[in-house]
Amino acid sequence: MTTIAAVRTGVRPHRGAIITGILLLWLVGFTVLRGRDTLSLGAADVTSLHTQLNELNDAVGANRNSNPLFLYFFNEIRLVIEQLTNFVSALVSQPAFGRPVPLIGWLGVVALLGYGSWALGNLKVGLLAVAGFTFMGLQGLWQESMDTFALTLSAVLVSLLVGIPLGIWAGVSDRVNRVVTPVLDFMQTMPTFVYLAPLTLVFLIGPASAVIATLIYAAPPVIRIAAHGIRQTPKETLEAAQSLGTTRFQLLRQVMLPMAKRTIVIGINQTIMAALSMVTIAALIDAPGLGRVVLRSLQSLDVGAAFNAGLSIVVMAIVFDRVTTAASVRVERSRRSTSRFPASVRKVALLVGGAGAVVCLYLSYTFVWAAEFPTDLDLGAPINRFVTGVTDWTQVHLSAVTSDFKELVTNHVLNPFQTLLTDSPWWLLFAVLVALAAVAGSMRTALVTALCLALIVGTGLWFDAMSTLAATLLATVAVMVLGLVFGVWMGRSPKVDRVIRPVLDAAQTMPSFVYLVPFVALFAASRFTGIAAGVVYAAPVAIKIIADGIAAVSPTTMEAATSAGSSTWQLITKVQLPMSLRTIALAMNQGLIYVLSMVVVGGLVGGGALGYDVVAGFRQNALFGKGLAAGLAIVLLGIMLDRLTQSVARRAQATTDHVRH
Amino acid sequence: MSRSRTILTTPRPRALAGFTAAALALSLGACGGAKVGADTAAGAQDGSEGKCGTVNLAVNAWVGYEANAAVVAYVAEKKLGCKVVKKNLDEQVSWQGFSTGEVDAVLENWGHDDLAKKYITQQKVAQDAGPTGNVGIIGWYVPPFLAKQHPDITDWKNLNKYADLFKTSESGGEGQLLDGDPGFVTNDAALVKNLNLNYKVVYAGSEAALITSFRQAEQTQKPMIGYFYSPQWFLAEVPLVKVDLPKYTKGCDAAPAKVACDYPEYNLNKIVSTKFAQSGSPAYNLVKNFKWTNDDQNLVAKYIAQDKLSDDAAAKKWVDANPDKVNAWLAAG
Repeated sequence: MTTIAAVRTGVRPHRGAIITGILLLWLVGFTVLRGRDTLSLGAADVTSLHTQLNELNDAVGANRNSNPLFLYFFNEIRLVIEQLTNFVSALVSQPAFGRPVPLIGWLGVVALLGYGSWALGNLKVGLLAVAGFTFMGLQGLWQESMDTFALTLSAVLVSLLVGIPLGIWAGVSDRVNRVVTPVLDFMQTMPTFVYLAPLTLVFLIGPASAVIATLIYAAPPVIRIAAHGIRQTPKETLEAAQSLGTTRFQLLRQVMLPMAKRTIVIGINQTIMAALSMVTIAALIDAPGLGRVVLRSLQSLDVGAAFNAGLSIVVMAIVFDRVTTAASVRVERSRRSTSRFPASVRKVALLVGGAGAVVCLYLSYTFVWAAEFPTDLDLGAPINRFVTGVTDWTQVHLSAVTSDFKELVTNHVLNPFQTLLTDSPWWLLFAVLVALAAVAGSMRTALVTALCLALIVGTGLWFDAMSTLAATLLATVAVMVLGLVFGVWMGRSPKVDRVIRPVLDAAQTMPSFVYLVPFVALFAASRFTGIAAGVVYAAPVAIKIIADGIAAVSPTTMEAATSAGSSTWQLITKVQLPMSLRTIALAMNQGLIYVLSMVVVGGLVGGGALGYDVVAGFRQNALFGKGLAAGLAIVLLGIMLDRLTQSVARRAQATTDHVRH
Repeated sequence: MSRSRTILTTPRPRALAGFTAAALALSLGACGGAKVGADTAAGAQDGSEGKCGTVNLAVNAWVGYEANAAVVAYVAEKKLGCKVVKKNLDEQVSWQGFSTGEVDAVLENWGHDDLAKKYITQQKVAQDAGPTGNVGIIGWYVPPFLAKQHPDITDWKNLNKYADLFKTSESGGEGQLLDGDPGFVTNDAALVKNLNLNYKVVYAGSEAALITSFRQAEQTQKPMIGYFYSPQWFLAEVPLVKVDLPKYTKGCDAAPAKVACDYPEYNLNKIVSTKFAQSGSPAYNLVKNFKWTNDDQNLVAKYIAQDKLSDDAAAKKWVDANPDKVNAWLAAG
């Protein structure tokens, strides 16, 4: 054992030296060869690949009426999804069955959601659901909220219907898992803008396209997490069950599924959140609801009205998040049968509550006052005025400071770093990145990196990809700084956690379109604004993950360190951070992916590069192929960064394990 | 009332008391409310479903377009008894809608020669339905304070002299020329190159980012130059001043890479699906005859963007004040 330890500890400083060496070589190469072979391409220029992709798109359009794939496959899917969505809309949002209003009015919806949340979770989340949905109505956005609710519900239902079985399959079969994982990576990182236009070609303009656009992004989490849950069944349990002679099916049904139930509910939670994050984008292809309000307000720069709609989305997301979390706790508790209340009391209470909900349903079906949300009390207008006032004030009074800050960061950090990436000859940077992957990760990682980079060269968008990479890395550094500061703070104090967490939830679920206008006013249309938008979206995820990691450090270790006389600072740096190294690596991985998913939004506010290419591809017929290529480049960057951080994390884990033992 | 009594007699735990009581109060209070559907028979939508049927209007994402769509939809519904379905779509997706049969009309089209070639000439699923009467002007603009400070800045020949004013962190030492939405017609990169200007085109990426930049520039008196266009509601708030580029002559923009002249004036037009044009629907005549001035559109756009009226209310206000124009659209042929 001692020899292995000696070899390992001998390797580590060595690796650091190699990395420094590679970086130095790169700098020398950059100074000498700067500006050569950068593969840059003008904003309106295209390569032959881009033209070919365009022709592919045209071919689909031209053949859609005769191709059997359309007639018998896509059309059928569209019909089924359309029926489902129309049915849900008829229930809660659209006039139906000859009635001027939907079947269930506001009172029924509120009562039903409150009751359901209580039954699945607890009384507290039940009340939260009631309060949350009533608030949407009070903002004067009941109709729009219900349209969004109906669409999201349909997309989530289809996602679960397809996703849970698929996830379970991927959980029990390694082969399926290997096939599914890259597909899911693709679905989650390919920017929606890329396939939005073709989607309406295949599934027409209407609810079906909106639902499918949503579910492409929303289904992967539940598939991944369900598979993960199934895989988590402890080996001993499996072996014990197998020794009792259970069949594979029994094993799945009686052992794996019950144990994975809680994890699957968490997957459902993530799927709902992802679906809600698509509300604004789906509105670009005529999806009704809150997203449309956001987009429409943006046309006249009405930040207040956009905020009203955004706030409703945030509230909806928080309600569903808390309800599904409470539901997962209930699932866990019922499995261990450790309920706080005697089951009989709850049963009776639920029966009574159910009766109350049915009464409300009936009322909302029958009477106008319970069907249409009353407009006497309007919370929307004051909120709108307040937000408008605040943004106007900030834009006028803070913009001088913020713009100086932007200049400082851009001139001294972003510009030099981006130039280093974009102005190095492509083959030099290619070699540097692959070498770094080999040294910091493994040979396998180096191979994946090389493949991804080669394909990026193939997309013809190397220059733009590198400038996007620079912005992404910089944003991730900011995300990690915020993640560590706030994560440690929250992880150490439940009180702080309680205060900050809702803010994080709001930052994560507020559609970025809402705050883009004030951001542009503060930081001008620039790459910095794109980075800032990415940070706002990605930092909450990193903060939450790190906070959970810090909070999970075992109390006994902490007590031991405290009694040994460690100061708070020592406690953080010597105990809590090292012990949550793996979580921090996970936070970085997720931070990167989330930042990358905002590249396109960055393109809308001056971020340029791949984000702009994707937007341009959506907006201009002639640039469709280039947009698709840019989307592919984003996917490739995502896969590369994901595998790279994962492999570095595994190494970090191995090192800490080694130190610990 | 018997229903309430059953609720009352059921044993209820404390936690539920409030909820049940609330439900109870509501059910008791409800007995006198108006019933759903009681007034539908009376208000059956003018009763004239006959000839017109459904019209699918694409609504592109700018206020001027929204003004056109608001007025056409209002007239089609109120005067012709049509059922109008507005579809909020991007331009490219709207044109695509002609081929899938999902869109009947686009009410403000800016050029788009590539789309016209694809859907009108090649697929023959769409056709030109004449001008809207609006004239679209594209060009380079500066905020009014800057034009006042430096009156000669509006001549392109002086732009190099002022390039330093427009330097930003994005423009790499040259002056920044800010472009907006990538969907809008632009020759700016070629223009900068061919006019030998010390400028770099920076892409804001969206109309909202472009307008915000201009608004902020005027508010904080920060020099800026960028791509803009009229008719646009924002010009009523901040009257941007147009920079004169070398005069447009027919054909001077034939080769996109060699353009060195101003943008042409666009006679904005309407595009309809061939199917809609042949349907004999009175709504098609309305769309074909619909024609108004930039001032008309700006007024309705102002109602929508600045006075925050709903589309219908804005349209009603204008239609009620302009019966002659509306009647001319409704005349046969």
